[in-house]
Amino acid sequence: MKRGVSKRIGSIKFACLSPDEIRKMSAAKIITADTYDDDGFPIEMGLMDPHLGVIEPGLRCKTCGHKVDECPGHFGSIDLAMPVIHVGYVKEIKKLLQATCKSCGRLMLNEDEVKVFRSKMDQFEELGGDTTDIRELSKDTAKDAQKQICPHCGTEQKKITLDKPTTFREDGHKLTPKEVRERLERIPAEDLTPLGIDPLSCRPEWMILTALPVPPVTVRPSITLESSDRSEDDLTHKLVDVLRINQRLRENRDAGAPQLIVEDLWELLQYHITTYFDNQTSGIPPARHRSGRPLKTLVQRLKGKEGRFRSNLSGKRVNFSARTVISPDPGLSINEVGVPEEAARELTVPVNVTKANLETLKDLVKRGPAPSSDPYLPGVNYVIRPDGRRIRVTDKNAETVAETIEPNFIIERHLKDGDVVLFNRQPSLHRMSMMAHTVRVMPGKTFRLNLCVCPPYNADFDGDEMNLHVVQSEEARAEAMILMKVQEHIMSPRFGGPIIGAIHDHITGTFLLTYQNRKFDRGQALAILSKVENVQLPEPDFQDKNGPMWTGKNIFSTILPKDFRITFKASICEKCNVCRKDKCDKDAYVRIRNGQLLAGTIDEKAIGSFKGRILDKITRDYGSEQARLFLDNVTRMAIGSIMVCGFSTGIDDEDIPEEATRQIEDMLHGAVNEVDRLVEAYKNGELEQMPGRSMRETLEVEVMRNLGNARDEAGKIAGKHLGIENAAVAMARSGARGSMLNLSQMAGCIGQQAVRGERLSRGYWNRTLPHFRKGDLGAQAKGFVTNSYKSGLTPTEFFFHSMGGREGLVDTAVRTSRSGYMQRRLISALEDLKLKQDGTVRNTADSIIQYHYGEDGVDPTRSVAGEAVDVDDILMDVLGDEAELLAKIEEKKVGGYATVEKDLMETGEEDAEEAGEEPEFETGGEE
Amino acid sequence: MVETPQFNVLEHNLVPEHRLLSDEEAEAVLSKLKVSKDQLPKIRKSDACIKILERINGEIKEGSIIQITRNSKTAEVAVGYRLVRG
Ligand SMILES: [Mg+2]
Ligand SMILES: [Zn+2]
Ligand SMILES: [Zn+2]
Ligand SMILES: [Zn+2]
Repeated sequence: MKRGVSKRIGSIKFACLSPDEIRKMSAAKIITADTYDDDGFPIEMGLMDPHLGVIEPGLRCKTCGHKVDECPGHFGSIDLAMPVIHVGYVKEIKKLLQATCKSCGRLMLNEDEVKVFRSKMDQFEELGGDTTDIRELSKDTAKDAQKQICPHCGTEQKKITLDKPTTFREDGHKLTPKEVRERLERIPAEDLTPLGIDPLSCRPEWMILTALPVPPVTVRPSITLESSDRSEDDLTHKLVDVLRINQRLRENRDAGAPQLIVEDLWELLQYHITTYFDNQTSGIPPARHRSGRPLKTLVQRLKGKEGRFRSNLSGKRVNFSARTVISPDPGLSINEVGVPEEAARELTVPVNVTKANLETLKDLVKRGPAPSSDPYLPGVNYVIRPDGRRIRVTDKNAETVAETIEPNFIIERHLKDGDVVLFNRQPSLHRMSMMAHTVRVMPGKTFRLNLCVCPPYNADFDGDEMNLHVVQSEEARAEAMILMKVQEHIMSPRFGGPIIGAIHDHITGTFLLTYQNRKFDRGQALAILSKVENVQLPEPDFQDKNGPMWTGKNIFSTILPKDFRITFKASICEKCNVCRKDKCDKDAYVRIRNGQLLAGTIDEKAIGSFKGRILDKITRDYGSEQARLFLDNVTRMAIGSIMVCGFSTGIDDEDIPEEATRQIEDMLHGAVNEVDRLVEAYKNGELEQMPGRSMRETLEVEVMRNLGNARDEAGKIAGKHLGIENAAVAMARSGARGSMLNLSQMAGCIGQQAVRGERLSRGYWNRTLPHFRKGDLGAQAKGFVTNSYKSGLTPTEFFFHSMGGREGLVDTAVRTSRSGYMQRRLISALEDLKLKQDGTVRNTADSIIQYHYGEDGVDPTRSVAGEAVDVDDILMDVLGDEAELLAKIEEKKVGGYATVEKDLMETGEEDAEEAGEEPEFETGGEE
Repeated sequence: MVETPQFNVLEHNLVPEHRLLSDEEAEAVLSKLKVSKDQLPKIRKSDACIKILERINGEIKEGSIIQITRNSKTAEVAVGYRLVRG
């Protein structure tokens, strides 16, 4: 079906419904509380009156004559026997009663005060003021108008109080809604503006209901159960209550029943109408269903996460989307996503039939909805005729349907390789959480992606699921490819460096390939290069007895741009006092000239996400297409070389000689004794007090320092026996995975456990566990773990370790919900801001928020770690090697604070999964 | 609210420089930015900085424009304007 003419909304005005309006728009007056007669037909003037719209297919609406889906439904109305207060307006009513005179109804402001209000209003008009300003002003005005004596007629005023939820009292005497309504009627129209009410769209007495609109049946459809019983909507139930009490109230009043009975019924009617609007009104019990479940009335339909706004308007369920588990595939480009055949046959792309493509599309339709899957061939699920009719293509009708298609038909074709889709992983915290990929249809049941795009999605493969959306129009495809394509997001606007880049095994792979220039024979070199695009086997570096040999650095150079040059220090650099540069015996000084890797090791600092310098420079200087090619090639080359070289790690990587173990034990023993000595000194008052600290604090600081050193020392001793040839060390040093601290905790000593940055102290009276003496301040008693993860922990150590670990868990849980809430608040504050052509940042009202974007007008995505220009880099490009002497190539900022970012992302990992609304906590998945 | 501040907040090193624009300057700023007054960010007449400026310039009327020059992490110096409101 063609979409209607799109129109621009000029303005929206909200106003109160007057009783006249309610009656005028009513298609049927509702009188009886019965809904259906014995034959199951709706009763006229009942809540299911056929004038209110149709819900049963085949029937026609008695008001407009249309069928289901065409009739929008029509309101009815109930005339209330007695007026009733609308809960939604009690605050407003209270304000009005307090600010106006009980006898003459005028706003109790003298002329000067009115003048002040007018001038302030005029100022808002001229100088700009938003609705909050105006609301504040009318609130202040109403407060000013609360006077003891009316300035107009001199009547003394009594105190108006509100008995929640809907009872007004004047000096303790109850005011009936009727009385309240009479007072509001007396307020003259010109006195309403200062109170924040537009007299043209609302009269205050309309806040007291005399007629109640009955929503169309389409809003509260009844469902027929299997047992052919009818089950009514909660709103209908509530309206039945209202009608019943309204009826009884009218009868009693007309029959002249005692005042007490009438009042009781009146109050009951008030209760039902109040809960009809909001069944969670504080101060009254919620109305319940027969089963005891509280009814979902009007406010409940709108409010909260499950309400209309958050679940149907801000976010909705969509077609042409899929969700499944993800898994890695280094064979894919970073721009691609692997889609399972099963999903590809469900997800479709609409194609317009033209004279040019008619024959091809006919053939496509002939294949039907399930053509051969080896090789995969796309079929067609639906054909849409120009009149909007959809025809489902089946194996049976495929041939005949194919013959009927003509230009201006639309066919819905299965996904095929190259289709544009949006790929997304929640939580969508930044724009890289949803990027455009091109499809590769493949067997299996998971979405496949290149590992380099894991960091922007923050994805891993321990059961993560992702969503995929098929873009449905040519414009959307163009927009997605230009703005959202993965390669356009290699640079992150968060820190002006690459966020897409090699991780884990890719880094290990290039490390093995290039470190100390490993040699490869022809077979190995070909194996490494076989999957790499557009690359020839280079000239061999030398011959040996086995024939021609290639070096790893030479092989790596094949994927660099031909004129590429860069110099930097690798991750494995040990930061020697005097850098020997090219001659570095650790092979940590990377030098690339004319696209040849002359020296150094390619590790995290070169190609890693967040830090990769080569990646950073290629993206900046050669563009995103080259960067994509480089990343795709690095992925394949790294996987190739790690397979040729072989790589594995295990707990025996942390094996150290017995001699070293003994050395560590002795050293730790010494440290523990030293702590005992300190404690002794403290007890004897011989400790030298630190400035600004108590004796006890001094002891703690000293002990922490000592034990900290001891752990480092243990790490150092262990480290002496863990060279870079060790797989675990190679990973830690090259930045692939893990850290040297992790290793020293496995091989050497775990160290002091802490809660809130202090040694453990809580638990029992004056001690952590009953295994220790009361008041024991020694290392062991307060959470120092001498063992390593590998040697195993003693029971007390294990307990202390759990205490420390618990803090971490609690921390993340707390931080998560808080940061999720904070993010939502920030988004709603910033969502409508826009960078204009003149460089200013403005909101939708076109007010200026910032005079120059970011104050310097620099796009952080294109910045160099936040700076507009990288002077050193330009110098080196212009002057060549000479400039290198001048430039501080030592520690480039790139990745400087990226490390912090990465840590934040990692801790926030489980985080967003269960980030909920601040007050309500949700439980997330198990990933 | 303190009517006459005891301390000159403009001398505090965390408070950026505030300056009252003359009518001509204000006009120039508005025409340069191609905006009307209601589109500018606001500053309250009761703001401590305005109180101090009033000592120098006499009463500052609603609708005047204040130039604020602050140090910027990205651009060294950033100039902004605020409209005085009640
Ligand atoms: Mg996971
Ligand atoms: Zn109708
Ligand atoms: Zn009066
Ligand atoms: Zn070095």
